[in-house]
Amino acid sequence: MIASYCVPVYFVVFLPLVVLAYQVVPQRHRWKLLLAADYAFFFAISGKLLVFLLLSTVSIHHIGLWLGTFQTERDLAVKGAERSERKAIKAAYQAKTRGVLTLGILFHVGLLLVLKYADFFGGNVNHLLTALGLSWQIPTFAFAMPIGISFYTMQAVSYLVDVYRGTVKPDRSLARLALYMSFFPALIEGPICRYSDTADQIWEGRPVTYHNLTFGAQRILYGLFKKIVIADRLNPLILAVFSNPAKYDGGVIALAMVCYTCQLYMEFSGTMDVVIGSGEIFGVTLPENFRHPFFSKSISEFWTRWHITLGTWFKDYIFYPVSLSAPLKKLTANARKKLGNHFGPVLASGIALFCVWFCNGLWHGSAWNYIFFGLYHFVLIFAGNFFEPTNKWVLGKLHIDRQSLPWRSWQVLRTIVLVNFGELFFRAPRLRTGLSMCRRIFTKFTLASFRNGDFLVSIDWKDLFVVIAGVLLVLTFSILQERGRSIRETVARQKLPVRWLCYYAFILLIVIFGAYGKAYTPVDPIYAGF
Amino acid sequence: MEELYEILEELQPEVDFKTATNLIDGHLLTSLSIISLIAELEDAFDITIPAVEIVPANFNSADAIWTLVQRLQEED
Repeated sequence: MIASYCVPVYFVVFLPLVVLAYQVVPQRHRWKLLLAADYAFFFAISGKLLVFLLLSTVSIHHIGLWLGTFQTERDLAVKGAERSERKAIKAAYQAKTRGVLTLGILFHVGLLLVLKYADFFGGNVNHLLTALGLSWQIPTFAFAMPIGISFYTMQAVSYLVDVYRGTVKPDRSLARLALYMSFFPALIEGPICRYSDTADQIWEGRPVTYHNLTFGAQRILYGLFKKIVIADRLNPLILAVFSNPAKYDGGVIALAMVCYTCQLYMEFSGTMDVVIGSGEIFGVTLPENFRHPFFSKSISEFWTRWHITLGTWFKDYIFYPVSLSAPLKKLTANARKKLGNHFGPVLASGIALFCVWFCNGLWHGSAWNYIFFGLYHFVLIFAGNFFEPTNKWVLGKLHIDRQSLPWRSWQVLRTIVLVNFGELFFRAPRLRTGLSMCRRIFTKFTLASFRNGDFLVSIDWKDLFVVIAGVLLVLTFSILQERGRSIRETVARQKLPVRWLCYYAFILLIVIFGAYGKAYTPVDPIYAGF
Repeated sequence: MEELYEILEELQPEVDFKTATNLIDGHLLTSLSIISLIAELEDAFDITIPAVEIVPANFNSADAIWTLVQRLQEED
C-alpha cells in the first residue's frame, strides 16, 4: 500500500509505471491516464472516501461556472449602461457573486470542519458543559478523513476566490479541474497549488524529456536521502523521549527537541523534493515549499521560507482580505491618527495576524497544542513588528551594524532557538506535555547525560555520526543554493562518467546509510496527517 | 508621482524608491508596510484598493504603484 512518497512501492513501482504509460500514450490522451493514476493513488490510500474529492471537484466546477455567469451578465449590463449607473450595477452583481462565493467557501470549509474537527469541538464543548456543572453532553463524532483533504480544500477555496476576483476564468472543463485538484504527486502533503500555476501544465500532457527525467530523478534522490538517512534515523530517539519525557533530564529533552525540528525539516522538505521531482518528470513545475528556512533572521522571514505555499495562501486569502476589510481599514486609519504611522497599523493589522495564526495552528490539527503553536508564532511576529523601532533605536545607540556578520549570525541563531521551542509544542502529544517538557529544559537541565553517553536514547554512536554527516551535507548544499548555485546544473555539466559516479554515489549513500529494515520505524509522513 | 514618492519615503526612508524595482520580491516592502501604504494611498488619492490588487506586479516599484493608482482612479 502507498502510504507515503518515500516508500519503494511509490518510487520503484507506481511512479515508474505511470511515467512509462504516460510516455507511451498519445499526448491528447495523457490527461486521462494521469487522472486515472490520481484516483487510483487516492483510492489506494483512502478507498471509498474518494467520493469527497469528487464532490469537491464537481462543486468548484459548478460554483465557478455560476460565478462566471454572473460576471458575464455584469459585464454586459455595464457595457450598455450610462457611466452614472455603472457603479450601482457593479455593486448589485458584487453582492450576488459574493453570496455564491460564500456558499462555496462554506461548503468546502464546512466539510473540512466536520470531518477534521467535529470530535475536537464536540469534546471541548462537553468539557465546558462539565466545568459549568451541567449534566448533559452533546454527541461527538469522529469521522475517517480523506487523505490530503486539508490541502485540496485550500486549493478549492483558492480557485473559487480567484474566479470571484476575476484573476482566473471559470474553467468549463471538469476534467481539467479534476486534474488540478488531484495531481497525485501533490495529493498527500501539498504543495498547495494555485489553479493559475499548475492546471494548464498538468492538462497539457507534456512529453517526458531526458532533462526532466534526470533532473526529476535527482531531486527525488535528494529527498529520499533527507527522509531515509536523516529523518528516519532520528526517529527512535524522538519516539522514546516524546512518549515518556518525565524519564529524561532537561539536556536530553532539549536534544530531542532539536532532533525533532531537524527531523520535521528533513521529512517534510525531503518529501517535497520527491513530490516536486515527480512533477518535474511530467514537465509540471510545482511551487517550492522550502527555501532554506534555517538561514532566516526572524520568525517572520522563517515563515516566508518554510511551508511557503501555506504561508502565501494565508497571506492572500486571510491576511489581506481581513486587513483590507472596511472595519479594519477604519481601525487602521483611526489607530494611525492616534498612535502614529508605526504603532497604529501594527496594532490594527495585529487582528488580521491573529486570524492568520489561529487558523494556521488549527489547520495543522485538531488539538490545543497546534493552536498554541499558531499563537506562539503570532506573539513572536507581532512582538517583532511592534518593537521594530525600539530595536532600531537600541542598535543605533549601541553602534551595532545590522548588516554585520556577528549580528546576522546572532539573529539566525535566535530564530533557530525560537523555532525549536515552537516545534516542541508541535510534536508534543498534548499541550500539557509540551509545557512540562519546556519546563524541564529550564529547570532540570544538566549535561550529565552527555558526559556518560546516556543521551543516546534508542540510537547509537553510528546513528549519530550518520545524522551529523547527513546534516552537514544538506547544509553544504543549502549554502551553495542560497548563493545561487544549482547543484543539479553543476552535475549535468560534468562528463558522463563523472555524472554517473555522482548518481551511483548518492544511491549508494541512501542504500548503505538509510535507516530501514526491522530495527527502524520510519517516521510517518508528518504532514499527511493534517 | 511626487506625492507617491513622499508617501513611500516616509514609510521606508532607507529604500531608494526611484530606482528599486523589486520592492516585493526583494522583501523591501513587508506585508505590514503594504497595509500602511494602502491606507496612505487610499487617503491621498481617494481610491479603494481591493485585496485582489495586492500582487507583486502592482507593488514591485514606484512606477508600478503609480500605474495602479491611476488605473483605480479611472475605474472609480
